[in-house]
Amino acid sequence: MNIVNFTPVSALTGGLLIGLSVALFFILNGRMIGISGIASNFLISKNNRIENFLFLVGLILGPLIYSLISGQEVNILISNSLILLIIAGALVGFGTRLSSGCTSGHGISGISRLSLRSMIATITFMLVGILTVLIKGIL
Amino acid sequence: MNKIVSLVCGIIFGIGLVISEMINPEKVLGFLNIFRDWDPSLAFVMIGALIVSTPIFHLFKNKNKPVFSSNFSIPTNKQLDKKLIIGSIFFGAGWGLIGLCPGPAITSLALLNTSSVVFVVSMFTGFYIALKVN
Repeated sequence: MNIVNFTPVSALTGGLLIGLSVALFFILNGRMIGISGIASNFLISKNNRIENFLFLVGLILGPLIYSLISGQEVNILISNSLILLIIAGALVGFGTRLSSGCTSGHGISGISRLSLRSMIATITFMLVGILTVLIKGIL
Repeated sequence: MNKIVSLVCGIIFGIGLVISEMINPEKVLGFLNIFRDWDPSLAFVMIGALIVSTPIFHLFKNKNKPVFSSNFSIPTNKQLDKKLIIGSIFFGAGWGLIGLCPGPAITSLALLNTSSVVFVVSMFTGFYIALKVN
């Protein structure tokens, strides 16, 4: 194993902002953030629909506001294989609803509550993610 | 006020995903690539988030009510069931294939690239199927 591209300061700074968002949403609105929950509830439930919609709009405004303030463009590198994108998207959507949480809902909100369910979910999806990357690298 | 809070919290969360580079699938795949060239950065995203959210949750969970709502809504399910494990396995596999989880996927729509749009449409289809199956 080699350590590469390590950026702990920006990672920690971004993490603190994410934690701040979770904390404010809880203190002010009384809910724990889970993005798969917010997104899928926006799709199917009338409860809090406007709030859920506005949260998702906020997420999308995030990179735009960041670019406006910092003057830096946001660049990402993502696969362009349609079939992989469709399969992965469906797995992520189906899986996070079946287990009622994703990286934010289980990994941050759930672990903040010291929920055993969320700790087990987080360990499981991390291990499977690592295994998937390992297998993909071998193929 | 609830609505303004939702929008502002979404913006802060989105900026956090950009600064931490969690929005970048290449960075996420580097984090999951622990057996070869490992980029441990994203562990620090989780640490950063948890050191803020954990104490705040425990300080406020027993208060009467949140500032702008009538009551706190905290998940109560404690069951360690098959759905939790199978769902997490599916999610982990999808996450490892492309490097996007739901928050970064939606946030990356701002960049207007086709790959993000395809992923998000498929993800919402996945939400819908899971809700129909249950």
